[in-house]
Amino acid sequence: MNFEVIADNIPKLLQGVGLTVELVVLSVFVGFILAVPTALARVSRMWWLRGPAYGYIFFFRGTPLLVQIFLVYYGLSQFETVRTSALWPILREPYWCAIIAFALNTGAYTAEIFRGAIEAVPSGQIEAARACGMTHALAYRRIILPQAFRIALPAYGNEIILMLKGSALASTITLLDLTGMARTIIARTYMPVEIFLAAGLLYLLLTFIFTQAYQVLERHLTRHVALQR
Amino acid sequence: MIDFQGFGNQLLLGAAVTLALAFGALTVGLVLGLAGAAAKLSHFVVLRTIAGTYTTVVRGLPELLVVLVIYFGSSGLLTALAGWFGHDEFVEMGPFTAGVIALGLTFGAYATEVFRGAILAIPKGQIEAAQAHGMGRALTFRRIVLPQVWRIALPGLGNLFLVLLKDTSLVSVIGLDELMRKSTIAVGFTREPFTFYLAAAFLYLLMTVLAMALIGRAERSASKGLRQAGA
Repeated sequence: MNFEVIADNIPKLLQGVGLTVELVVLSVFVGFILAVPTALARVSRMWWLRGPAYGYIFFFRGTPLLVQIFLVYYGLSQFETVRTSALWPILREPYWCAIIAFALNTGAYTAEIFRGAIEAVPSGQIEAARACGMTHALAYRRIILPQAFRIALPAYGNEIILMLKGSALASTITLLDLTGMARTIIARTYMPVEIFLAAGLLYLLLTFIFTQAYQVLERHLTRHVALQR
Repeated sequence: MIDFQGFGNQLLLGAAVTLALAFGALTVGLVLGLAGAAAKLSHFVVLRTIAGTYTTVVRGLPELLVVLVIYFGSSGLLTALAGWFGHDEFVEMGPFTAGVIALGLTFGAYATEVFRGAILAIPKGQIEAAQAHGMGRALTFRRIVLPQVWRIALPGLGNLFLVLLKDTSLVSVIGLDELMRKSTIAVGFTREPFTFYLAAAFLYLLMTVLAMALIGRAERSASKGLRQAGA
């Protein structure tokens, strides 16, 4: 085991950690914005809202993330209209393609988590809200959604960790995230065991820090429930 | 009709490799999962620590990294091991074997938790009753615990299998000719990335749907006895 190689390449690997964190934060943020309306559409009684939401979730949960990244990064360039459009400067960058693919992917999983949470809000509360004269929208805003978010918290934390691990796929479209950086260093030094070990430890550290921080957040957001017990 | 320019068969061949990979990894993963759960619930601290480290580490690493580590990291280990037995050439693990091991390790780590939960979900009274009948620990596990574990663990294992099926695409990165890499090869010839990656996506969807149907059937048949008792 050659620890010198690890020490020499730590700055580069940390650079990779930076990109990994950046990709995950942006994708999770955009994914959240996608997920809320999708979840609402998914539980809607209107078929023309429910249908597309179901199709979106079904496609992105049923296919590998790798296919989705390749479809966005390599696939879209097949169309002349895309290549000549105003969006091309964005769609030709692997960075934005990764974020688009990750966000669409995590958005679908998150929407399904939120759907479950919305359906888990006791129906008696919704009836009570209606009986108090709240409109459908108001009941959603005041009664259903705040509780649904709380119910969804544990599963949502898992989804963010899955996204963190999925972000390693960014390395397949030339991005130098933690995995990409590790692969580049290995191509130069031929020391796979050492470098992968270092990268693995950094991933474990990232997951550990995230789970600890998330636990604090979860306790903070559910403290009114904890008090009742 | 979409023109696959003769690559349609190649995609189907790739899908067959994907399925073989998935079932290979499933077998490895189920064995590892059961062993892991038994270790986690054992009385020996050493076994518990090993199993705990295994699940924590593997579940915290990206699947892609596990695949890369097994493929690129194993050759050094294997060469050293072969050297012990007087074989002094470079030994390498094929991408299929590496894929089965890497995905099996991942599946096994998650399955450990599923099995552990299922074993703990079996009412204590049943185990006490078995022991009161004079069954030993091993016999109790085999006759009372294991048959019920299957039923309780099945939904969790089903979900894991769906994840595994999609993770097989990662093995394309180390050069196994499965569905994803076959698509990439076709893209290289035809310059139609969207067509072929979308075709691959639909093949994955098809496999997922079929797997879901199979899991549903298995779940129904596993809980047959339960429903009759409840009715």
